[in-house]
Amino acid sequence: MISYADILPQLFDTLKPFTKENFRLKEQTELVAELGLDSLQVMQVLLKIEDHFDISIPLNNLPNIRTVKDLGEEIEKLLKG
Amino acid sequence: MSLFDKFFPIQEARNELLKSGVNPFHVTIDKILSPTEAIINGQTTILVGTNNYLGLTFHPDAILAGQQALAQEGTGTTGSRMANGSFASHRELEKAIAEFYGAPYAIVFSTGYQANLGVLSALAGAGDTILMDGDSHASIYDGCRLGGAEIIRFKHNDVADLEKRLRRLGERSHRTLIVVEGIYSMLGDRAPLAEIVEVKKKYGATLIVDEAHSLGILGQHGRGLAEETGVEQDVDCIVGTFSKSLGSTGGFGISSHPEFELIRYTSRPYIFTASPCPSVVASTRATIRIIQTHPELRQQLWTNSQHLYEGLIKSGYTLGAEVGPIMAAMIPTRELALAMWQQLLENGIYVNLMIPPATPNGECLLRLSVSAAHTKKQIEKIISAFAELPHITQTHTNSAQVQPDAILN
Repeated sequence: MISYADILPQLFDTLKPFTKENFRLKEQTELVAELGLDSLQVMQVLLKIEDHFDISIPLNNLPNIRTVKDLGEEIEKLLKG
Repeated sequence: MSLFDKFFPIQEARNELLKSGVNPFHVTIDKILSPTEAIINGQTTILVGTNNYLGLTFHPDAILAGQQALAQEGTGTTGSRMANGSFASHRELEKAIAEFYGAPYAIVFSTGYQANLGVLSALAGAGDTILMDGDSHASIYDGCRLGGAEIIRFKHNDVADLEKRLRRLGERSHRTLIVVEGIYSMLGDRAPLAEIVEVKKKYGATLIVDEAHSLGILGQHGRGLAEETGVEQDVDCIVGTFSKSLGSTGGFGISSHPEFELIRYTSRPYIFTASPCPSVVASTRATIRIIQTHPELRQQLWTNSQHLYEGLIKSGYTLGAEVGPIMAAMIPTRELALAMWQQLLENGIYVNLMIPPATPNGECLLRLSVSAAHTKKQIEKIISAFAELPHITQTHTNSAQVQPDAILN
């Protein structure tokens, strides 16, 4: 079973195209506030992540996801079923 | 910090809009003259943004029925059907809408918004999953949230994405409600219903179609996209509104599942709302009869839609979908869309200005909704007003040369 430690680098790779040049992604990076994503870009990021990990992230859980770490933990939880 | 601080960004956005001299989201219709005309800012204005698809709001049969009910049954019901009891006319309206759809079960709600809240929240609760189209109306989002089900969005009209998500659910797909719309209200495009029905059957899910903008418009008898696609038997539930093609207010849900009838006992938006006014119920019953007996209204709507569509395309506009009664002219920027909207109103044409976040894909739209009641002359006037707008410079040169201020001043 894939763990959070395995998920994190894949998550960084997936998020990289959505960051500005030289921006260094960290676990504590705030997805909306720091990456400056608008609602449309958030949708695109989520679609990409969902396809990469073959999961569907429920809308109900989105309010709890603020940082890269939150997102990684959500992915881990969904992969565990 | 105060409770009201969260309104500051909205206040700023509103003040920005007011600088242009008019607030497109707070238009006052001083006097309504007909289904297609009103006095706005002292000027006779053609209405092409009111969803009055069949133009029935002034139909003499609907007015007479409403007047008689008002005199005989009073102005309101003063409470909910569960507490105060149903009027016989509520039952008659449910019978009429059930017969129209050929479905055994129908429930009427006080508004279309509440129909979605009431049906969706009752059908899908804790432990269930909802797969909803990403471009769904706010009432669908709210109805899904109210029930407590897990909500998953799929890409708008993308059946492959829907199927992928059904597969990911595994066994849970049997307790999944797929929610789509017949015609989507912003761009006017339709759900690929035949393909959606196929995957719904393959994964054993349940399907509900919101026919708010397609009732009275699509299908041989005007029952909507499910009828037009020939899949009514495979659609589990339909929700809709009386407030568009039927020209009144209220909403409904219909189904062939006997359990649907039990929604009355579990649906909070049904239980805790005053039931529809008798005059509204009577007018709605009249307009249901009209759409059943006057298919030529639908024909006229399509003739008008074709006329307007061709005119807008010839004028250089990019529209959001194929020919239909909803047309969305895509405008490159918010400022330009606002300026164009205002110029149209000054020229006596009322359309809807639609800007993000209410629109799909962050588009800025001038949205038009055609009516069977529009005359040929009115359609031509609408086309001329659009053709005269200075958007064409931008479309043809693909540069940002159009200055919105130049239109506004």
